[in-house]
Formats: sequence, C-alpha cells, structure tokens
Amino acid sequence: MSALLTLSGVHTHIGRYHVLQGVDFEVTQGQTTMLLGRNGAGKTTTLRTIMGLWQASSGAITLGGDRIEQRATPDVARLGVGYVPESMAVFSDLTVKENLLLAARNGPLDDTQLIWIFGFFPALKKFWLSRAGSLSGGQKQMLSIARAIVEPRKLLLIDEPTKGLAPAIVMALIECLKEIKRRGATILLVEQNFHAARELGDTVLVMDNGTIVHRGEMAALAADVPLQERLLGLSLEQHQ
Amino acid sequence: MTDIAATDVLPKPKRDLAPLALPVVLALLMIPLIGSTSSWVTLTVASLAMGMMIFIMASGLTLVFGLMDVLNFGHGAFIAVGAYVGTLVLLPLASWAQADSLSANLAVLVPAAVLSMAVSAALGLVVERVLILPVYGQHLKQILMTTGGLIVAEQVLYALWGPQIIPLPLPTALRGSFILGDIVIAKYRVLAMLVGIVVFAGIVLVLNRTKIGLLIRAGVENREMVEALGYRIRRLFLGVFMTGSALAGLGGVMWALYREQVHASMGDELTVLVFIVVIIGGLGSITGCFVGAILVAMVANYGGFLVPKLALVSNILLMVAILLWRPRGLYAVTSR
Repeated sequence: MSALLTLSGVHTHIGRYHVLQGVDFEVTQGQTTMLLGRNGAGKTTTLRTIMGLWQASSGAITLGGDRIEQRATPDVARLGVGYVPESMAVFSDLTVKENLLLAARNGPLDDTQLIWIFGFFPALKKFWLSRAGSLSGGQKQMLSIARAIVEPRKLLLIDEPTKGLAPAIVMALIECLKEIKRRGATILLVEQNFHAARELGDTVLVMDNGTIVHRGEMAALAADVPLQERLLGLSLEQHQ
Repeated sequence: MTDIAATDVLPKPKRDLAPLALPVVLALLMIPLIGSTSSWVTLTVASLAMGMMIFIMASGLTLVFGLMDVLNFGHGAFIAVGAYVGTLVLLPLASWAQADSLSANLAVLVPAAVLSMAVSAALGLVVERVLILPVYGQHLKQILMTTGGLIVAEQVLYALWGPQIIPLPLPTALRGSFILGDIVIAKYRVLAMLVGIVVFAGIVLVLNRTKIGLLIRAGVENREMVEALGYRIRRLFLGVFMTGSALAGLGGVMWALYREQVHASMGDELTVLVFIVVIIGGLGSITGCFVGAILVAMVANYGGFLVPKLALVSNILLMVAILLWRPRGLYAVTSR
C-alpha cells in the first residue's frame, strides 16, 4: 500500500525550543498509525506541524504527492485533513448543530453521514440544539471527532481522544474509531491509552526527544514487553 | 439536514438579564431625582440617541478586538474621516439639505452616509494591510502603530481641510422637534435611535443567522480551530475590520450632524469614549457594547443635568463601578 503522508527530516522550533529534531515517517493509506511516546516527546507538535499550526523550520511534509510544509492551516485542511486537537476545541458558545454546520465546509450537512455519526454518538442527536459548552467532557470529545468526520477526509489527525475520559466513554470512542477505520479512513492517532492503541493501531511510531525512535507493527510492539519497557518505560500488560 | 428533532436539550445557562436591566433601572431611578417628567423624557431620549451613535462607532471596535485580538487605538480616525467625507457631499449640496423637502434632504443624506462608510471601509483595508498585519499578536506594537496612525490621520485632516471647525447644519427635515404636550423630542435624535437599533439588529441577525456570523462567533472563541476547519480567517478578519471601519464612518457623520460641526480632533476625543464603552460592555460582546453605550450616554446626560461638574468624570466613574461589579465587563465573551 502507498504512503498518504510522508515526513522527511522535519524540524520544528517553538520559540527557542527545538522540539522536532528531524522527524521521518510515513502513514500508509487506509491504515491507522499510532504515534506513541512519553509526555513532551513531540507528538502533539508533530500533528500541529502537519496541520500548519506550527511551521516546520526545515524538512518536507508530503500529503498525497503535495508538499504541504509551507502551506497555511486552512489550505492543509482543504486538502482533506481533519484535525481533532488534544483540547477538543469545540466552540462552546455554538450549539452542537452549529459546530457541525461549520465543519461541513463543502455544503449542507449530509443526512447519511449524520445518521452514521449518531449511530455511535447518540448524545449528539439528543443534544442537537444545546450549547456545546454545556456538554460533558466525553460528549465534547464526541463532537470534536464528529466535526472531523462530518465530511469525508483523506487523513484524520487525532490527538489523545481518550484523555481524561471515563472508561465507558473510552470504549465508545474506541468503537467509533474502529468503525471509522473500517470505512477505509487513514488515521494518525496520538494516544497514551495503550489498550486503545493496541485495539486501533495497524502500525506504530514511538517518539522520544523529537525524533522517531521506533517504527513497526502495532501487534509486534504489543507482544514485546521488553521493547515496550525500553521505549515507553512501561508495558502494555501492566496497563490492562 | 438541519431539522433534527433533538430529543432533549441540556439546561440552558441562565440568561444574564442584569446588565440589560441596568439602563432601565437607572432611567427609573432618575425620575424622582430629575423631578419634571418632560425633562426626564427629553434627557432619556437624548441618552438613547447619543448611546446609539456611540454604539454604531464602538460596535466595529469590539468585534475587531474580540475576533482579531487587535487593540486599535486608531479607531477614532475612521470616525473623523467619516465625518469629513460626509461634508464632501453635505456642503456642496447644501441647497438640497436646506430645502424644505424630505426627499431632497434624504437625497443628500443617504449618499453622504454611504460615501462616508465606503471611504472609511477603504481606509480600514489600507490600515489593516499596512499597520495591523505586521503586528498581529503583539499588543504593545498594535497600540503604538494605531496611535501613530490616529495622529497621522488627524494631521492629514488638518492639512486637507484646515484647522477651523466646519459647521454642518442639520438638513431641514431633521431640524426641530416633535412636541407631545410638555415633552419635546428632537427629530434627529429619533432618527439616530432608529439607525442605531437597525444597526444592532443587523449585527445580531448576521451573527446568529448566517454562516459568516457563525464563523465570527467561532473565531472570537478559537481562531486556530476555525482555521483547522479550512476557513481562511485572515480574510474574515479583514472583512470584519472593514465593516467596523465603515460603521465608525457612519457614526462619525451622524455625530457630526448631531453636533452640527466637524473638526479633526473629534476622532481623538471619541476614541476614549468608544474604548470606555467597549471595556464596559465586555471585549467582543455586541450586546454588551449596546448596553454599555446607552449607560455611558445616560450617565453623561443625567449627570450633566443633575451635577454638571460631575459630567467630566462620569464615564470614568461608571467604568470603575462596572468593572468592580464585573471585572471582564457586562458580557464577557473572550477570556482575554
């Protein structure tokens, strides 16, 4: 299978900090690639650099053949990249409906797509006309993900969707992401929850100090406890 | 697909009506203090008219701050330029303005307002591209650049029109008053109120019923996420900046007609008033700006009538009182 997204020697500086120090990886079309690593390793910076929210100081980022490292964020989004930030960033003053209306940039909301979304996020239908700011944390995360998938996207960048959520909501989110995956989406997913990572990932990248220190099959990492301990400082088994 | 029947609605946050009630309470409290009903009505109408004109001038500034996080201390330049541009139509066509015909008066007033708005909007385009664009995100530089811009604009107006005050008489149809018993209501004040209400309703409608409005509201809250959804918010910034400048121009020409004179330092003087309104209202809040403008005008008018010496500091006292009550203004929109 071909690579949809390629990063080659990407460096990013934030102020005087040299955060990404030559990041190289590929995200294969139709696969879910997990981006793991300790806090501060550069995972969120990687997603934000791809989105153009922080400008890469050097290196190349290619999406489906187009160089995007110098493009502005709206232009990257218009190439078909959906972004779910760590903070969820729902527009709290707007209703659920208005949040999704804004996300549907190419026209009115599509019935079929909405029914599909409501299938695993019924709360969004239930609170369709409520202000997003009044939703619970889990519901906000659902809205944030729904916003990214309300229209077909080439690539989804999702940053720690399960962070701080109750286990039942985490399970619902995992099921949702599995369903999105089954539909053939290409996903680059930052995740600290190893159970979720193992459930969802086809391939895995591990970051440390702004570089990729491991790449391979998710299943292989899941099965290799010493490797997990070496790369991540803990094992998946201990996290069950 | 927008007709989904929500099966439930989360409890809406309690509507905050206290700021809206404030002008009403203030007006009612003034009845016994002023004594005469006719004086009270005259002062109240004067306050509402003055408040509407200040609102028109300030509304653009509050949106510009809320959406773009830009401190535009040069906003007064658009007000003054609007007023001067208005004279380019109103003075050469003075015979129409002074004709005893409403249609002839309107035929000169409407083009004057439209031209003022167009020129102020065009000036807004230049200011945003030349002065603001290089200093986005840098408040101190924004203050220096826009204050400098205001000084330059004022001097250019002096150079073009001279230092003298230009008299600008009201068109005939707008002179005089409606008299209801003992109550005297100036015609121009009624027009100012109507224009202010139309502008307020228009802005509220756009913000709540259109996609552009949704984008502005979303942008005020989280500009980055709006961009991540694929919208070029810089263009929206420019549109809002130009609209705000155009409204300032309209407010300028209305204010000039209200005072029946134009002078280059009017923008300078009004900048302070407009900033007080924006701060009182809550940065970025149109409703707050509307209520704040009425409050400022009420305090100026009632205060000027009851304690003339207090009129000089009344706005500052009002701002202090409001900020002690609500440190982020009447309706806080942004976390800034």
